[in-house]
Amino acid sequence: MARALDSDLLYSLFRSPVAIVSTIILLIQVLGAALAPWLAPHDPMDLASLSLLDSFRPPLGMADADWSNPLGTDNQGRDVLSAIMYGLRISLLVGVCAVGFAVAVGIGVGLLAGYAGGAIDAVLMRIADIQLTFPSILTALLVDGVIGAALPRTMHDRLQIIVIIFAIGISLWPSLARTVRGSTLVERNKDYVLAARVIGVPAWRIMATHVLPNVIGPVLVIGTLGLGLAIGAEATLSFLGVGLPPTQPSLGTLIRFGNDFLFSGQWWVTIFPGAALVLLVLAINLLGDWLRDALNPRLR
Amino acid sequence: MTRVQSMLRGREVSYEFDVSHPLLRRIVSRAPRRFLRAVDEVTFDVARGTTLSLVGESGCGKSSVARLAVGLYRPKSGEIRFDGQDLSAARAQPALRRRMNMIFQDPYASLNPRWRVRDIVAEPIRTFRLVPEGAALRARVDMLLAQVGLASRDGERYPHEFSGGQRQRISIARALSSEPAFLVCDEPTSALDVSVQAQVLNLMRDLQARLGLTYLFISHNLAVVRHMADRLGVMYLGRIVEIGAADIVLSAPRHPYTRLLLDAVPDLQGIGRARGPVGGEVPSPIAPPPGCAFHPRCPLANDRCRIEKPRLIHASGGASGGASGGASEGAGGVEVACHAVEEGRGGNR
Amino acid sequence: MTLLRVQDLTVEIPTRRGVLRALDRISFDIGPGEIIGVVGESGAGKSLTGAAIIGLLAPPGRIAGGSVALGTDRLDTMPPERLRRIRGRRIGMIFQDPLTTLNPLYTVGRQLTETLQTHLGLSDTEARKRAVAWLAEVGIPAPAQRIEAYPHEFSGGMRQRVVIALALCAEPELVIADEPTTALDVSIQAQIIGLLKRLSRDRGTAVMLITHDMGVIAETADRVAVMYAGRIVEVGPVADVIGRPVHPYTDGLMASIPPLTHRMDRLRQIDGAMPRLDAIPSGCAFHPRCRFAMERCRRERPDLMPIGATSAACWLVQT
Repeated sequence: MARALDSDLLYSLFRSPVAIVSTIILLIQVLGAALAPWLAPHDPMDLASLSLLDSFRPPLGMADADWSNPLGTDNQGRDVLSAIMYGLRISLLVGVCAVGFAVAVGIGVGLLAGYAGGAIDAVLMRIADIQLTFPSILTALLVDGVIGAALPRTMHDRLQIIVIIFAIGISLWPSLARTVRGSTLVERNKDYVLAARVIGVPAWRIMATHVLPNVIGPVLVIGTLGLGLAIGAEATLSFLGVGLPPTQPSLGTLIRFGNDFLFSGQWWVTIFPGAALVLLVLAINLLGDWLRDALNPRLR
Repeated sequence: MTRVQSMLRGREVSYEFDVSHPLLRRIVSRAPRRFLRAVDEVTFDVARGTTLSLVGESGCGKSSVARLAVGLYRPKSGEIRFDGQDLSAARAQPALRRRMNMIFQDPYASLNPRWRVRDIVAEPIRTFRLVPEGAALRARVDMLLAQVGLASRDGERYPHEFSGGQRQRISIARALSSEPAFLVCDEPTSALDVSVQAQVLNLMRDLQARLGLTYLFISHNLAVVRHMADRLGVMYLGRIVEIGAADIVLSAPRHPYTRLLLDAVPDLQGIGRARGPVGGEVPSPIAPPPGCAFHPRCPLANDRCRIEKPRLIHASGGASGGASGGASEGAGGVEVACHAVEEGRGGNR
Repeated sequence: MTLLRVQDLTVEIPTRRGVLRALDRISFDIGPGEIIGVVGESGAGKSLTGAAIIGLLAPPGRIAGGSVALGTDRLDTMPPERLRRIRGRRIGMIFQDPLTTLNPLYTVGRQLTETLQTHLGLSDTEARKRAVAWLAEVGIPAPAQRIEAYPHEFSGGMRQRVVIALALCAEPELVIADEPTTALDVSIQAQIIGLLKRLSRDRGTAVMLITHDMGVIAETADRVAVMYAGRIVEVGPVADVIGRPVHPYTDGLMASIPPLTHRMDRLRQIDGAMPRLDAIPSGCAFHPRCRFAMERCRRERPDLMPIGATSAACWLVQT
């Protein structure tokens, strides 16, 4: 079934121009981020290589531009393109880890709630409901604030990235759990689950080996769309100044830095990171939409 | 039943579904709990090596009895004994639990779509650790597949690559892999085409003869039941209304509902047959009629039928009316739960 | 005089693995007031035939050849607007699942009166009177009250009666019933087929009864067409096709049905299965499973050939 699914998926991928373009954009960005240490023209974190003489160089197409800084430089002479590539790394890392965390918790809770039913289901879903009433940014802020106050100052910067991942992940797991629970409720009444129960297969084994492979489909879609949300959430937090420390700037941090210069004429410092962020999230969302339609058995 | 060994025995078994409104709503509206009595004091015996069939329309409780028989449901009252032992106690021991298994109705939902056929068939073997992993297990699976008429390479494929009839064969292979003595078959051919059904029914009878299997065969199709069953029980709204040797029940039905059912079956020989108006539908099992559940539709209903629930009593095998008292079941005799039959008002059709 | 004439109807379904022939030159007639059964196993194409006739083929399926004529009107080439008006007015449909035919949001009365007003142009009061009369006709107790009820308030059998009323109220010449009793209990099934038969006789409405249940056909139909792998293999009066089947498939089908009257040692089974649409054998589609198969059966596909009152697509007819 997995094999049949793959070839059908690839087939519909190549049929959809939107999906193709999104995939290409995403691939470029992911590769650029992953290979940043080798591909980036400069290392924006290397303070020694910076020179104030290079500051505020405009991007290509404008006067005084230079090929060594195709997207220009910021107020300290850092190359914007390199900064974006390293920033993408952080953004993607945080996004993927946060979604990974949310998926793990969401699947676990969803399976348990759906299969066990009764009181366990009620309690778990109420927790999820309560959590859903809080806007995700607020949740992330709360978690960040609480943990930040609990940790000593010295550990703060180093652990901040984990805290952010955890905070965003917490805000994302309820919708995953809900979906998995719904699918689990459907699957657990099917005869193949009953067949396993008749011969006495223990419940945890049924959940893990029988139910899980059948409920994971929607998780793929929600996970993809959740990635877009997670990246956006991280960018928002960093833009507000409560996200990652400036030593590991993500795209959101870059946007925030460049924002100060927006109206004084050096627009490229904030606009290019912003464009990169928009393209990234857009590509992920479009891909997620296509994936949902491609995996929907009724539309096939 | 004293001489022939009983594989599965149910005495006054009842089962209920809780269909009450959710807790909060009940508290607010002060409504009492509601229960749906799916199985109502059902008594049956399945003799070793034979087939008992339970037949009835929707809401009669036959599927619930199937699940009770294999331990998926716990009876609310009454007892079920498997090979002499209490069923729940038997199921707690793997050595006994592996002697029973089940075949399901829907060939599309009874196999996990993400598992290969080989793993599906091997699951009971693995669960009970009957054969070690590796070559021995593969050989065993191949043998099971061959037994149901499938090839060894079919084990590598996924369920969706097979037709409905082939999937039922896979289900049968899976059910047989733990070498059970007793199989509960819940409408195994109802979703299959007629020619495929013939293949599967022939296979099931062959296997029964060869392996000495005992079947509890649930169906709504009287013709299929005629072909498979040694003994037959007719169910209506959770109660057994008639039970006995299959050919007697089918050729000389006593209970008015059995007669209605037999009459209603569209028959190949009934070309151009004019149907008289037959009344009524099966009422909702949540609020069954008082007394005999069939009385609103019964041409022989009297006042006693409206109040008193009839018990199964032994009726002689002859066609004329009259019944003797006592609850014992003679081999070859028929038990009927009907006041009209008891009072001798049954008569011939 | 024929009411519906289907000639060489071919339906194709393009898929990414190629074009599948789901119906391959189907031909049959329906006379006015006649009940014709279309019987076959899953995948034979019987539902598809009904859908193709009435213009409800699910895309990407399309009619690739042949003709469907209702009286003097060609249905297969008709523009969708005209076809939509014929649906309901001249041809009624009954599907298997009453829950999907009836709109759960409207009362039963509203759906009936809407149909009556659209197709017969009746006034509000006339339509309502007629609707109540129809509910009574199909055996719904207390029709004047029940007309205000919603579909979910009826039981399965009652719902199907409402669907029959809905299909017949515009007084069509032909009703296509696709597995109308399959989802119902046996005793209800008996009532429904009795109802359908009576209404057809009383009003002279022709019925195309699509089902896999031979028993239902035996009791209800005048003629029956047996389908296999997208083709008609035998068509003729019900008593002949059931009692003295000509085509080996029909014969095997009848023999594999367990009789109600006695227990057989073994049911006669046809080995193998109906071929999938992408693997239909050459010549006669049944030849790999046929114990009388000859060389000719593999090379040439037989058309329907008359033998007595029946027609069978089998080279045995010529021997």
